[in-house]
Amino acid sequence: MSAIEQRKAEIRRLAETAVDKPATFGPDLDLAAFNAAADQQSVESLASLNKQIKETALEIGFDASEAGRSGSYFQMDRSPIYRKVEEMFDNKLEIMSTEEALVLYPELMYEKYYWRNVAPDKDKYTAQVALNHTEGYFIRVKAGQKIDKPIQACLFVSENNISQNVHSVIILEEGAEANVLTGCTIHPQVREGLHAGISEFYVGKGAKLTFTMIHNWSEDFHVRPRTGVTVEEDGVYVNNYIMLKPVRSLQTFPVARLVGDRSRAVFNSIVYGLDDSYVDIGSETSLEGAGTRSEAIARTVSRDKAVVYSRGRLIGRNNDCKAHLDCRGIVFSEESTQWAIPDLASEGAPGAELSHEAAISPIAAEEIYYLMSRGVPKDDAISMITRGFLDLDIPGLPPALRRQVDKALEETAKESL
Amino acid sequence: MPALQEPQPLLAVEDLHVTVGDHEVLRGIDLVIAEGETHVLLGPNGGGKTTLLNTIVGLPGYRVTQGSITFKGVDLDGLEIDERARLGIGVAFQRPPAVRGIKLRQLIEVAAGDGEHEELLADLIGELSLRKMIDRDVNMGFSGGEMKRSEMAQLIAQSPELTLFDEPESGVDLDNIAVVGRAMNRLLKSERVGKGTRAGLIVTHTGHILEYVNADIGHVLYDGKLACKGNPRDLIGEIGKHGYDKCVECAICQR
Repeated sequence: MSAIEQRKAEIRRLAETAVDKPATFGPDLDLAAFNAAADQQSVESLASLNKQIKETALEIGFDASEAGRSGSYFQMDRSPIYRKVEEMFDNKLEIMSTEEALVLYPELMYEKYYWRNVAPDKDKYTAQVALNHTEGYFIRVKAGQKIDKPIQACLFVSENNISQNVHSVIILEEGAEANVLTGCTIHPQVREGLHAGISEFYVGKGAKLTFTMIHNWSEDFHVRPRTGVTVEEDGVYVNNYIMLKPVRSLQTFPVARLVGDRSRAVFNSIVYGLDDSYVDIGSETSLEGAGTRSEAIARTVSRDKAVVYSRGRLIGRNNDCKAHLDCRGIVFSEESTQWAIPDLASEGAPGAELSHEAAISPIAAEEIYYLMSRGVPKDDAISMITRGFLDLDIPGLPPALRRQVDKALEETAKESL
Repeated sequence: MPALQEPQPLLAVEDLHVTVGDHEVLRGIDLVIAEGETHVLLGPNGGGKTTLLNTIVGLPGYRVTQGSITFKGVDLDGLEIDERARLGIGVAFQRPPAVRGIKLRQLIEVAAGDGEHEELLADLIGELSLRKMIDRDVNMGFSGGEMKRSEMAQLIAQSPELTLFDEPESGVDLDNIAVVGRAMNRLLKSERVGKGTRAGLIVTHTGHILEYVNADIGHVLYDGKLACKGNPRDLIGEIGKHGYDKCVECAICQR
């Protein structure tokens, strides 16, 4: 048996051991309740997508006109229906489906990238993705190439009650730079379903990846992303996560390993929990190289009966490393619950400097009065402060997306009244 | 022949009693500020100066048990803080709160009201050296001087008819006092077209700010009452010599 066949068998064997293994966090789901996704037709151009799909995609930052983008990938259910690299980036950037990449680069994928940052036996959701026909995007930026326009991807669910299994890989070779926007959303008619998404990112020496994910689900939808990132020497990984709409349950806990010296990771998360949403988000950064640095910032607002967990784990494994965690929450309803769970560990690294600030508190009355004293009515003052609270300075957002986020925050803040 | 009508006072405080918690802090204050006048409120710490200001502003926790406050003929009783602000009352707080996520620029724009404010912003940034602060969260990590400059910028943008200043010189170094004083003069002396001149009420317990701002009338607020009224500089001189205790009996008192 070839090395590749052996590895395939190993992935399958590992996954099979985990088919019933609940995740560490979040409510347990019965995966048998979801149907397999059907194949969807590819499209020659995004213009041929129907208007409603285009508009839904635009809300999560995916622009079907492809203006100002270096490349696009669109997946409907389990089918990659569109992918394109703009001509000027042709020899710099590759975008294809993961299945295509496995055919084109089998050794590279199985030896270095496929199921290397996320374990197939992590839990039943990784097993689900490993054992079923799965697509996702493969994005590779060649060494030294700086892709100055964002790459956009949309993972779209069009059918009710399916399990959308996705496995994506992003590779930034040495010195490469890219800004990837991934929007995950569903057709307005979809009520229930599951999105199980594996993301494996590899940031090479001196490379910089800014990855922004916007989620837009519905009241009865379940979401279980599993993300693993490794960052080499002098590499930088920036992770932005935004979710402002209701979801039945969402649990995610991306893990970044800073293996190279002087590598850095930044996590920014904005979550607005409403209705009966159960949201459990967090991140883990493992600081392994010398001179590694990390920062994780989370802002959570909840109302109605929403339950929100905001976790942050920093593990110092090198004597010269430094990391800070900052999570703040506002609870707007007596029926809502929030947990802020900072989690710091120094493992054999007496010199590691790890710190956190975690706070859950209402908007201070004196801040509201302060704005009122300048002539702002009370409701507007609360709305302004809520919006400001959620409005992190998120790096790498293109202006069009910035405006969309601003708009969403504006609406969110208004709803908070 | 009918008697000449007195000009309507901008602010009229009559027999004001205010309780904070269970404690009656103000025990019968009478104070009239006419258009164009700048008054100074002197007095020892804990005498009720800030309580009077906060009551006029309308902050919760200051309960009026007797008397009234009238501004431009409108009884302020029952009006919210923002309604009083829109009526024309501005306040420079002694220690304004930091507001995460709201930039000084935004607050200046909000205070200025509807319309384009680029010219005003450029003017304020230059005049009050706001360049380093304008895009920071308001009052977050601001030094004492920065905080006061930020307050002045917001007030100039708001352009109130009556400005209340709570200890404008506290926590401010000499360079900044001069800047703050200049901004106060701009607030107090500038004409409002068709709206008469502006007025101010300055709370100070050191009186230092009066080296930069001219005030017309001084009051001493002592033990919940206005004990003394006169020329601000004379009052400060007397207080410097004899202390507040003697104030009630002092010779220059016009009360």
